[in-house]
Amino acid sequence: MSIDIETARRVAKLARIAVPEKELPELANEFSAILGFIEQLNEVDVDGVEPMTSVTPQRLKRRDDVVNDGSQQAAVLKNAPDAREGFFAVPKVVE
Amino acid sequence: MSELSKLKISEARDALKKGEVTSVELTQACLSEIEKADALGAFVHKTPELAMDMAKAADANKAGGDLNGIPLGIKDLFCTKGVPSQAASGILEGFKPEYESTVTTQLFADGAVMLGKLNMDEFAMGSSNETSVYGNAVNPWKRGNDDAQLTPGGSSGGSATAVAADLCLGATGTDTGGSIRQPAAFTGITGIKPTYGRVSRWGVVAFASSLDQAGPMTKDVRDSAIMLKAMSGHDPKDSTSADLAVPDFEAALTGDIRGKTIGIPKEYRMDGMPEEISKLWEDGTTMLKDAGAVIKDISLPHTQYALPAYYVIAPAEASSNLARYDGVRFGHRATLDAGDGITEMYEKTRAEGFGNEVKRRVMIGTYVLSAGFYDAYYNRARKVRALIKRDFENVFADGVDAILTPATPSSAFELGAMKDADPVQMYLNDVFTVTTNLAGLPGIAVPAGLDKNGLPLGLQLIGRPWEEGDLLNTAYALEQSLQFVAKPNRWW
Repeated sequence: MSIDIETARRVAKLARIAVPEKELPELANEFSAILGFIEQLNEVDVDGVEPMTSVTPQRLKRRDDVVNDGSQQAAVLKNAPDAREGFFAVPKVVE
Repeated sequence: MSELSKLKISEARDALKKGEVTSVELTQACLSEIEKADALGAFVHKTPELAMDMAKAADANKAGGDLNGIPLGIKDLFCTKGVPSQAASGILEGFKPEYESTVTTQLFADGAVMLGKLNMDEFAMGSSNETSVYGNAVNPWKRGNDDAQLTPGGSSGGSATAVAADLCLGATGTDTGGSIRQPAAFTGITGIKPTYGRVSRWGVVAFASSLDQAGPMTKDVRDSAIMLKAMSGHDPKDSTSADLAVPDFEAALTGDIRGKTIGIPKEYRMDGMPEEISKLWEDGTTMLKDAGAVIKDISLPHTQYALPAYYVIAPAEASSNLARYDGVRFGHRATLDAGDGITEMYEKTRAEGFGNEVKRRVMIGTYVLSAGFYDAYYNRARKVRALIKRDFENVFADGVDAILTPATPSSAFELGAMKDADPVQMYLNDVFTVTTNLAGLPGIAVPAGLDKNGLPLGLQLIGRPWEEGDLLNTAYALEQSLQFVAKPNRWW
């Protein structure tokens, strides 16, 4: 499958990665090569096969519904690029 | 003093217990080797003061485990409290975790000493350590008298280099598609990826959560058994970690494999496989037979579809996992222009912080999960994954105990050699290792011989789920027969 520049632009947008316009043709070529490789999967007969969800047949463990951690505001914010008054700060999102 | 860093974990453990050496002496010897080895690019964050404190504490501790006082290197993918943990990415520049990963917590509780953090491919995405923000890790091995710098493999390239060059006694690695076993093979060391769920993933920076497993990279099979025991076990903080008792893996090393059935899969005999690798594989088969194992030709018919399935599933999971790098909670945030909103912040931050291979995989993952393509790519790949696992279940049901294959399709290649190659060419490095990640099985690489240029080559053994003890024992028997003792000539 050949990926066009428009598709490359759309995927970059969905992934929230800024890609300069001049790099889109090269990106589209790389996607096409990788997807071409992946398309071998179409040769496999997968009729009646369930998609794998977990390699180990085990029920996900559940813990007791109790508070077991918390009150770590300072630790949580410690690595933030911009933390103010106990919050993560981001550019304005609501007009 | 430099001789001390050459010790195996088992030797150092025994010497420590007898009082013949102290952890401080071992740690100083390693730190001194690390200082002389910057040309190898293995250690990217050195923690000498912390290491000396831990060594002193170990020397004072009479109750530590097998790893008490043993100096180790830790892959940069593991979160270590207060110590930079960047997954070799620019997007985690400056990140110092406020918590400790379960694996390092367990290692330190056993008494292990951390020498520093080790180089790797960015977010463990790569097979040559060339995608690291820190620059290359360099293989201590060279091709004869050729001065060209070779890759130690990846993604755990720094771990492989550090162990092979005797900068530490052992190291942690992680393996999503071959990232422990391929670098182990390229550097002449041993590395095991355990069964999925054996080792907690908590605090290990996530790449592809259904495939990632941590494991040890060591100088021999016994050391892998010792380190794996300390790393393993159920962890309530990782819901996929198995609630199973951890056996004494070292006690399983009897070397007796009489009556064990070893499968030789015909699909791993690839077109164009170098003669030396086929020969090594045949020699390994003969050795296991001579040790009393039954050799059986087997078929794993979906093998050729493992890599394409992996290159759907791993990027898909990566695109979800790496969504957290948004410039809000940790790491890098781009400088914004006037009028930029939150979307521009995300897009610029991720464009600046991620390297090209990571961007490519996140976008491929985004594509295969996007509306209209999810069934055609992602669901189909998950169905093929089920078939790959079934291939292994069938041969195990037929009585096969372990499977012998080559570890890699070549020996270490030159750094930069793949620069202009199509990304798929690099992916082919994992052709023999990726199947076990998809099937969740344990796999171990052991050094087996040297090629015509004097570079190490490895063999891989794949075991039944949760049977790491048995697998390590088969690897131990193979190691006894192979007698691989070569070491790289020091040039750094």
